[in-house]
Amino acid sequence: MIQTALFIWLLPLAAFTIQIFLGKRLPRKGDWVSITAIGISFVLAIRLLIQALTHFDPEFVVTASIPWIDLGSFKINMGIYLDNLSIIMLMVVTTISFLVHIYSLGYMKGENYYNRFYAYLSLFSFSMLGLVLWDNLFGIYIMWELVGICSYLLIGFYFEKDSAANAGKKAFITNRVGDFGFLIGLLIVFTTLGTFNLSDIHQSISQGVLSGGLLTAAGILLFAGAVGKSAQFPLHVWLPDAMEGPTPVSALIHAATMVAAGVYLMARLSFMLSFDAMLVVAYVGGFTALFSATIAITQNDIKRVLAYSTISQLGYMIMAIGVGAYTAGFFHLVTHAMFKAGLFLASGSVIHAVHHAMDKTGEHGDPNDMRNMGGFKSKMPITHLVFVVFSLALSGIPFFSGFLSKDAILGGSLAFAIAQSNPIHYLLPTFGFLAAAITAFYMFRLIIMTFYGEPKKPKLFEHIHESPKTMTVPLLTLAFLSLYFVYTIPSLNPVTGEGGWFYHLIEKPVSAVQLQLGHAVYQMTEHAEHLAHVSGLMISIVLALTGILLAFAFYFWKKINVEALTEKIKPLYLLSLNKYYVDEIYEATVIRGLLLWNDLLAWFDAAVIDGIVNSTAWIVRNFSVLDGLFDKYVVDGLVNGVGLLISGFGKGLRRIQTGQVQNYVLGAVLGTAIIIILTLI
Amino acid sequence: MIQLESFLIISAIVFSLGLFTVIYKKNAVGILMGVELILNSVNLNFVAFSKYVDAHINGQLMAIFIIILAASEAAIALAIILNIYRNRASVDVTQLDEMKH
Repeated sequence: MIQTALFIWLLPLAAFTIQIFLGKRLPRKGDWVSITAIGISFVLAIRLLIQALTHFDPEFVVTASIPWIDLGSFKINMGIYLDNLSIIMLMVVTTISFLVHIYSLGYMKGENYYNRFYAYLSLFSFSMLGLVLWDNLFGIYIMWELVGICSYLLIGFYFEKDSAANAGKKAFITNRVGDFGFLIGLLIVFTTLGTFNLSDIHQSISQGVLSGGLLTAAGILLFAGAVGKSAQFPLHVWLPDAMEGPTPVSALIHAATMVAAGVYLMARLSFMLSFDAMLVVAYVGGFTALFSATIAITQNDIKRVLAYSTISQLGYMIMAIGVGAYTAGFFHLVTHAMFKAGLFLASGSVIHAVHHAMDKTGEHGDPNDMRNMGGFKSKMPITHLVFVVFSLALSGIPFFSGFLSKDAILGGSLAFAIAQSNPIHYLLPTFGFLAAAITAFYMFRLIIMTFYGEPKKPKLFEHIHESPKTMTVPLLTLAFLSLYFVYTIPSLNPVTGEGGWFYHLIEKPVSAVQLQLGHAVYQMTEHAEHLAHVSGLMISIVLALTGILLAFAFYFWKKINVEALTEKIKPLYLLSLNKYYVDEIYEATVIRGLLLWNDLLAWFDAAVIDGIVNSTAWIVRNFSVLDGLFDKYVVDGLVNGVGLLISGFGKGLRRIQTGQVQNYVLGAVLGTAIIIILTLI
Repeated sequence: MIQLESFLIISAIVFSLGLFTVIYKKNAVGILMGVELILNSVNLNFVAFSKYVDAHINGQLMAIFIIILAASEAAIALAIILNIYRNRASVDVTQLDEMKH
């Protein structure tokens, strides 16, 4: 199994290497290299999943590791940790990656840097799979940064456009803020526990090596990484801008997989969250869920609606981890990955069609803007069908996958609130339920604006046509994967996934904090769970239907006048349309502050540092003049003196060399005589 | 019977005379003659030792070699002196000091 996992992981790396060096010269610009690699990974992942299903054991774990860095007491192993969680995650990543690879065949056809696009996709798959597979936080951190780089490269893929280049930078820098927290969290863990290995961390924390405030701090700091990557408030600002990237990228990275990395990390680390850390996680997630849902209502860019919806759904997952609904959170990650990737690809299909129609008619405008669409249902039947399926799943309507997972999260948060003594925690389910109703509303607003009603631009409408097979087949596949029974087999109960294979395989790991404390981390009663389950189910169905009905009332039947209403609540409307001015607030505080700080530092640099450097230079220069004089008179004097002495001595000796042969003979004779006399004596 | 010492004394006197000639004379030909004297004093020694000390004729053979050597040496030296004379119209060795320093 380890070999299989290694193959799954390294094949995309091989494809990346081939693509980046040879891609341009290969036939078809080498897209088949990447697709083959991810295709094989996909098949191998299916094999792993089948193996996991045959074991059917919630505690199934395979690990293998080799020494990697060994510097005295600093030892890090390189290893793979394969359990049900990582196998299912591998399945999700390879499935979506594979479908996006195929979809891009149609969507990216004829684009510049086509080969580079596929190279980046491969690199991303490699990094993401590595993030899932590594058995220690150090490796996860490396892969974490690698997916960040891929995200940066792919958001800025149309780097000739300023907005795309800036969006890439924004994503990267915003992520760095969170990653810095992650890094400090890592350092806390390593300095106190001396290991990065997940199982070792679990063991050490159970024994109480790391506890109390420091444990809470470590949990929250590691969560900061997830806040950045999973675009939680207040670091959510990069994700909507990331929609500047090509749509397949938005589907793969900014909807389904990379942004889920934060949730995955929190799921992996949920065993080390103390109660306070859990509360922080839950509130950040819950608040984000509601906050970004309210922004999504007013956006007109089709991809931005989906982007805010993604942030909101990620908030759900994070909240689920925070309230201890571990399985529900991860379940939502999986189901959301499928239908959100699908939504993005379907919106890509729409944008693709509008874009081509604009090229043909010569009309200018934003192909993403829903105000240019309308009535596409007749022209794009497949896209319309899958869009509705995905939206029903996202809105949480029974018989679709999203209902199972979202309802589980809402039930989990409600149970958490009921079981706690502090009534303020009812805020969490309130956030969740409100966001659920709003989700249904904005999704159907999007569908009605795009697919129903009268075409807003008839000329454009003429040229709209369904996308090619390479695009529709992945869409239909994802639509199938958004149906409820995929996750509940062998049970066919449409209201809960608890009888299904997923719930059987994914079981909440024993919390290390619980082992350390000797009692449960938070209060939970069976009564609360039961009560929450039944009432949560009812409330969420009712709210979702209300949301959909409202959307129809507003936009389809036009029972309520939208313009009049927005006029009435103008400040609220503007607040939502302008995303609560978060970007502007950052501009005014963080960015302006940083620029001021920059100026101050520049001044400090020019006045103080340069002054020190210049005066040092002045001192050195004058000293070197002195040194030069010393050299000239003392050292050179010595050298010349020695030279003069020797030449004078030579001149004296030269006298002996007279040229008179007879002198030499005399010298020889006398010398011989002296030697003889000396020997005789 | 004449004693070995007499030969050796004569030889020493001849050697000293030759050496004196070589050192003192300014004329190159004179110096050459001094060299001959030195060689012949050596010859005398060889022959004397051959007669009184050694029963063989090795010393006398050596003397014959030296005579031949002296003859050839005289021939070469005279040729050199002749050339010097042609070049500078003098055979005064004190003037032949171009090689000094």
